[in-house]
Amino acid sequence: MSDVPLHRQLGLTDDEAALIPELLGREPTDPELVMFSLMWSEHCSYKHSKPLLRGFPTTGARVLQGPGENAGVVDVGDGIAVALKIESHNHPSAVEPFEGAATGVGGIVRDIIAMGARPIALLDSLRFGELTSARSRHLFTRAVAGIGHYGNCIGVPTVGGEVSFDDRYEESCLVNAMCVGILGPGGILRAAAQGPGNALVLFGNKTGRDGIGGASVLASAELDEAEDKRPSVQVSDPFTERKLMDCCRELAESGTLVALQDLGAAGLTSAASEMAAKGGVGLDIDLDLVPLRETLAPAEILVSESQERMLAVVLPEKLEEMIAVCRRWDLDATAIGSVTEGENLVARSGGAVVVDLPARLLADDAPVYEVPRVPAPTGTPLDLATIPEPADLAAAWADLLARPNIASKRWIYERYDHLVGANTIRRPGGDAAVVRLPGSDRAIALTTDCAERHCEIDPRGGGRASVLEAARNLACVGARPVAATDCLNFPNPEKGSTGWRLAESIAGMAEALTALDVPVVSGNVSLYNESATRSILPTPVVGMMGLLERADSSVGHAFADAGDVVLLVGDDGVLDASEYAASPGGALPDVDVSREVAAIELVLRAAEEGLLRSAHDVSGGGLAVALAECAMAGGIGATARVDSGRRDDEVMFGEGGGRMLVTLAAGDVERFQGLADPSVRVRRLGEVGGDAIVMRVGATEVTLPVERAREAYERGLPEALA
Amino acid sequence: MSTTVAVLRFPGTLDHDSAVRAVEGLGATAVEAWHADAALPAGTDAVLLPGGFSYGDHLRCGAIASRAPIMGAVRRHAEAGGRVVGICNGFQVLCEAGLLPGALRRNSTLSFVCRQMELEVADDETPWTPGLETGAVISIPIKNNEGAWYGDAGTARVVLRYRDNLLGSTDAVAGVANAAGNVMGLMPHPEEACDALLGSTDGQIVLAGLIA
Repeated sequence: MSDVPLHRQLGLTDDEAALIPELLGREPTDPELVMFSLMWSEHCSYKHSKPLLRGFPTTGARVLQGPGENAGVVDVGDGIAVALKIESHNHPSAVEPFEGAATGVGGIVRDIIAMGARPIALLDSLRFGELTSARSRHLFTRAVAGIGHYGNCIGVPTVGGEVSFDDRYEESCLVNAMCVGILGPGGILRAAAQGPGNALVLFGNKTGRDGIGGASVLASAELDEAEDKRPSVQVSDPFTERKLMDCCRELAESGTLVALQDLGAAGLTSAASEMAAKGGVGLDIDLDLVPLRETLAPAEILVSESQERMLAVVLPEKLEEMIAVCRRWDLDATAIGSVTEGENLVARSGGAVVVDLPARLLADDAPVYEVPRVPAPTGTPLDLATIPEPADLAAAWADLLARPNIASKRWIYERYDHLVGANTIRRPGGDAAVVRLPGSDRAIALTTDCAERHCEIDPRGGGRASVLEAARNLACVGARPVAATDCLNFPNPEKGSTGWRLAESIAGMAEALTALDVPVVSGNVSLYNESATRSILPTPVVGMMGLLERADSSVGHAFADAGDVVLLVGDDGVLDASEYAASPGGALPDVDVSREVAAIELVLRAAEEGLLRSAHDVSGGGLAVALAECAMAGGIGATARVDSGRRDDEVMFGEGGGRMLVTLAAGDVERFQGLADPSVRVRRLGEVGGDAIVMRVGATEVTLPVERAREAYERGLPEALA
Repeated sequence: MSTTVAVLRFPGTLDHDSAVRAVEGLGATAVEAWHADAALPAGTDAVLLPGGFSYGDHLRCGAIASRAPIMGAVRRHAEAGGRVVGICNGFQVLCEAGLLPGALRRNSTLSFVCRQMELEVADDETPWTPGLETGAVISIPIKNNEGAWYGDAGTARVVLRYRDNLLGSTDAVAGVANAAGNVMGLMPHPEEACDALLGSTDGQIVLAGLIA
């Protein structure tokens, strides 16, 4: 037996353990202590991040459900409401990448189902160590396989996402999954339990020992002995998830359910205590009735994180009908208890009461901590003298196109079914995915973005940049940003400057979101992403949704016709924190939110007026890479002249500046310029045409044939994985 | 009177709704046929087995579904000369049921592949490529993990071949019919190529074979 007290083994601090008897007025039973340890974990309670999250804008005319439910819900017009949320499954993926990533997809899909919505799209934001590391290649390829396995089997298209590789993610990879769903005629379902006497029904998979301690042991502490934690990773069953999806759709449309909640972190404990606390009612559960895969102790039943399970509150007179629907889908469905007067969550086993406590103590009353906010020192600008100027700029350009962070992500997205459902208008590989809203002329655009290198140097600027890049990606497909969901991936907030970086990133994101008038409707926080030797970069991932009033009006990034004029919207880039420089540190110019928002507005208005032949966000690899990507997509080259005064490689490969590359028919240039706010810089670079991309930087001319660009771009990722 | 197409639904069927939309887009009426029923819906003129992961692909892709109660009715419909098309998992089910020759194996890429593909008409005398001559090319996406057809290409009635045999099918087979031509299976997804907004309408050509 360990000498370590039980509460510490469970992840509770001594102070937290002392607080529990004070709140209860007695010592907790062992099952109760286990429940507290999970519900008071960072993963379930947000005890270190809650005070900071209040800075986000969360309201707006379109918001039907803001943060606090299983997912946010937004009105997109035409009587259609869309649910969206992003969530992390980082620690399980670092321990067991296939199941960790797969169950990450499963969990976020159930969050959408729990709102009464039908999932219509998935995206994944991934961060791994450099692919020169065998360990990172293993984690990355297995995580992609897990995402594909789950998403492909449940029939929800994986339409987009992003990935980057940096050695700071070597020991703590990030797997964030975003799901978007469309509400059915039954409207929004919520988690609040209601109506004493109503039945509590557990349905879906049987309960087993997998995933015990997932929320506390895995997700709320640093990972040092990951090998020992493998039993805390859940196991995926996408076939059952698909049946749950079909079953819940039928239940939601038939109006059978009073409330619905998925079982995620902390399993039945979390689902039941949140349903009771939100509804201001009690729940009485007989654990002997829970269908089990194997013999489990009461505490294990309460906290098992077995996947593909849902908990519903059902009117007694509808119970038989509800269970019949589940049976039709070959799913277990069992009334395990009922809604009661009062506020207590009661659990019985073998006739004895093993848990009896106010649900809000678990769901709402975790202690809240202010994280220390120690500012990190300001960086010094990158010394360009440390980066040798390449003799052959065309070769440097091609090499950059082959780097895994820049290269085509075809190797990933062709492993995902990105078409199922027959709604995918713009497939992966562009700025944002565009998905038709079934039964409507409208479409939504979806993207995930994060400027983590920027966040490392300047977390406030990086927070702004992450939001603005997402908005640019949407604008470039012609979609007006309407809602965001966020996943804040950080190291241990109790150490060093992490708390400050977290607070600053949130502040920067909030500034940009407010300027764009885009509310955050849901989100997730993942802390403790560090090992004994390495911490991840601050990685506040932004998932953003845009709206197209006409599904057939979306814009792509492919150059269209010879003679189209190439324009650059936005300011100059720099090599600090760029993919080309590939050296940590540096200093970046302030992100001017209002100018960048004005540039986004310009591109949006041009798209709405039908002026754009193509549009593309200038991001990793700078202007040269953006030009090449448009040329490869269109199978036609371009010439682009940029005035210099700076080093040629900085002009070609510098990043930032809030830039977008657009093409128009020659006759539309004047109209486009007329739409621009005076603060926005618009430069005419050249014309589309030919079979090479020709950049004239001052007196230097660099030529890259489109086919040579494509060869490098398509080779990069497969070669790095070979 | 419009043609009534029964669209099968097994547990794990994913493409039921897209297939219904595609069929309705051709002016036909779509009705659901449930796996556990022993008969097709009254008035069924043609049958569509959509894609997905019926029964979670447990045992072998399509193996369990091929023995579902509804399949007896599908067999009788086919034997009576009725039109039947199986798409992706539906193709796997028809092969497992012995209604089509050959079997579907793991892709030679050893991975799931989702990609737009060019297909060449190999036999212009079946009902499944109306208006096209042998050699004509259509564009329809694939998305599968076990999509490499294996069989005797000399005796099978090959309807469609891949121009790029990415998955490693025998003789680049993308779709085959039975000898009579009334039953056809293909790995590409015509129901996802029925709308110019999504990039191709060539799927309508294939699905038009359901409509007498």
